[in-house]
Amino acid sequence: MESSYSFVRKSIVNEQPPPLTQVGITGWLWRNLFSSMSNFSSISSSILSILMISLTIWLLYFCGGLIYSFIDFAILSAVFADPDGIKRKVCATVKQGGELPADWYGACWPFIFAKKKFLIYGRIPTEELWRANLVYAALVIGMGYVMWEKGKARKWVGLCMLTVFPVVSLILLTGANFDINTSLFIWTGILFIISYILGFLSARNYLGEILEQFSILFNFISIILFSFFILLVLFAFDYGLAPIDTLDWGGLLLTLLIAITGIVASLPFGVLLALGRRSDMPIARLLCTMFIEFWRGIPLITVLFAASVLIPLFLPSGADVDKLLRAVIGIILFSSAYMAEVIRGGLQAIPRGQYESASAVGLSYSQSMRFIILPQALTHVLPGIVNTFIGLFKDTTLVSIIGIFEVMGILRSASQDANWGSHVQHSTSYLVAATVFFIFCFGMSRYSIFIENKLSRENK
Amino acid sequence: MNTSQAKKSNTRSKMKVSDEIVIEISNMNKWFGHFHVLRDIDLVVNKGERIVICGPSGSGKSTLIRCINRLEEHQKGIIKVDDVELNDDVKKIDKIRSEVGMVFQSFNLFPHLSALENCTLAPVWVRKMSKKEADELAMKYLEIVKIPEQALKYPGQLSGGQQQRVAIARALCMEPKIMLFDEPTSALDPEMIKEVLDTMIELAEDGMTMIVVTHEMGFARKVANRVIFMDEGQIIEQNSPNEFFNNPKSDRTKLFLSQIIDH
Repeated sequence: MESSYSFVRKSIVNEQPPPLTQVGITGWLWRNLFSSMSNFSSISSSILSILMISLTIWLLYFCGGLIYSFIDFAILSAVFADPDGIKRKVCATVKQGGELPADWYGACWPFIFAKKKFLIYGRIPTEELWRANLVYAALVIGMGYVMWEKGKARKWVGLCMLTVFPVVSLILLTGANFDINTSLFIWTGILFIISYILGFLSARNYLGEILEQFSILFNFISIILFSFFILLVLFAFDYGLAPIDTLDWGGLLLTLLIAITGIVASLPFGVLLALGRRSDMPIARLLCTMFIEFWRGIPLITVLFAASVLIPLFLPSGADVDKLLRAVIGIILFSSAYMAEVIRGGLQAIPRGQYESASAVGLSYSQSMRFIILPQALTHVLPGIVNTFIGLFKDTTLVSIIGIFEVMGILRSASQDANWGSHVQHSTSYLVAATVFFIFCFGMSRYSIFIENKLSRENK
Repeated sequence: MNTSQAKKSNTRSKMKVSDEIVIEISNMNKWFGHFHVLRDIDLVVNKGERIVICGPSGSGKSTLIRCINRLEEHQKGIIKVDDVELNDDVKKIDKIRSEVGMVFQSFNLFPHLSALENCTLAPVWVRKMSKKEADELAMKYLEIVKIPEQALKYPGQLSGGQQQRVAIARALCMEPKIMLFDEPTSALDPEMIKEVLDTMIELAEDGMTMIVVTHEMGFARKVANRVIFMDEGQIIEQNSPNEFFNNPKSDRTKLFLSQIIDH
């Protein structure tokens, strides 16, 4: 008996063109717009389709309105020039003593132009602005070169941007020539030598297996102390620059300074904390966990208040640590804790087999971390890392509450200037602040997506 | 004697076993928590031996060979590899690990490095070779495992069999004295098992000391000079492959062999 499912194909089916709903413009429109709202085959999908159509129409209407009022405020109704130099009157309505109609509402750009020096540099004296300009120029050129795909010396420029650039910038911006206590020099030197010897011995396993895993930590501490010592020397030197108080720094310069310092410092600290929290050593694990949970558990505002008000009370009289420095350290510790947890997530995603095969080929703990585990873990959590960076960038606005005037703070204080008093100055300031922050955050986000794509291209 | 058997014995006669002892395990015990995984293991391996370890799952075969390069820690007894006793001394462990190569069931290649970089990483950083020397060495072993043309590809671009051969090359690049294979073909498609086994046979013919945990009984018959059967954490029986397969002594071995041959 012949079975009914027996089948032999007689002719081969040739390749056929796809339907119009799959390719080209029609395909795009279908997939992205109509496929979700044109299914009327059953009652439930019809209801869903009708809802989707209404939502789309409403969104178009709403967004259109929003975009129009935005353009209206920023461009159509805005005042652009103040040719007669009449300051507040140029943006004032008839009732306020100006010439604009009573219901006028638009951006007051002459106000921003007049305040642009504050916005970009803060209160740095005009004759010293070249120093800030030099810092800006080095930053733009250096970062631009590091991001430039074809740059041959990218590694070295990147290294300079992480080491030489911050030091030179700080010398330029502060003027250096600090009075530094001699005992600080001596203590830093002694501590450096101790930690260097400990690191040297533990890495070569003279101190037993338990301390072997701490060798990274010892080396890290000795590098920090050594750099600190060099910094002390560099900052005690007199370069003949006029001193600028850090509280006179402000605006974009300060925002970038705090954000970049925080970003650059929180990544290595975060890596160390994450490794510590996953380490087999109970003490290291406990310390790292406590550190992370403490800094994650308190709001950044509290940290900043503590840095500006509490720390000076605890310090012995005469020992004065700069207020901005205290705030920046607070931000670094705070964001390191967040960074550590993001990186720990990445470490947890690495299968045990990777650790095992790394040790099976004979790599030591630090080698397997450096070459095998961290490169993979950091790639996995790149979106999370950039997310933390962006959060940190925006959190810098909080320092304005302790009297440090970054972009947001300087705009807020500028809009209280009586010479420019008008009902639109606050809105204009907020628009500018939002634009500045959006440009930087969006830039970081796009750059991270570019890096993600590049890495996944390389590894696939 | 039919031709295939003649060929087999011919293959095996090429592989010599010396008197030099490379691994010596005596009275070794290991626990996972309360679970007694390895019980009173005694095993001596001579240079050039090809040992196949088989047994039901959970019998401790993998744990045993993972103890040999200290991926697992034993709690009692002595393991000596190349006359170095395994204990908590990190330096000794690093030394032994660079002399014992290991191939895993799930390959465990480093996915962010190319096949070549997978092979050169350890020679460069552990053996302190120059990049150029390491590249040459890696290409030599990639040729031995017959995939030099895949050197610049990433593991994700290779088939399972190719990945496992890269893993073998990676282990060989450290020029180990002993190779451990932890079920190297269990995660492979039937078509790819052969290419990996062929590589392992060649390795055996070159005189490598090998300990292989596997269920490939054909490989055991063809290459092994000793087959070890484990159950419940103990070595139940060890014998030459001929005796083991044709004339098993213990009932447990007979049951195991009947089960794997039935399917």
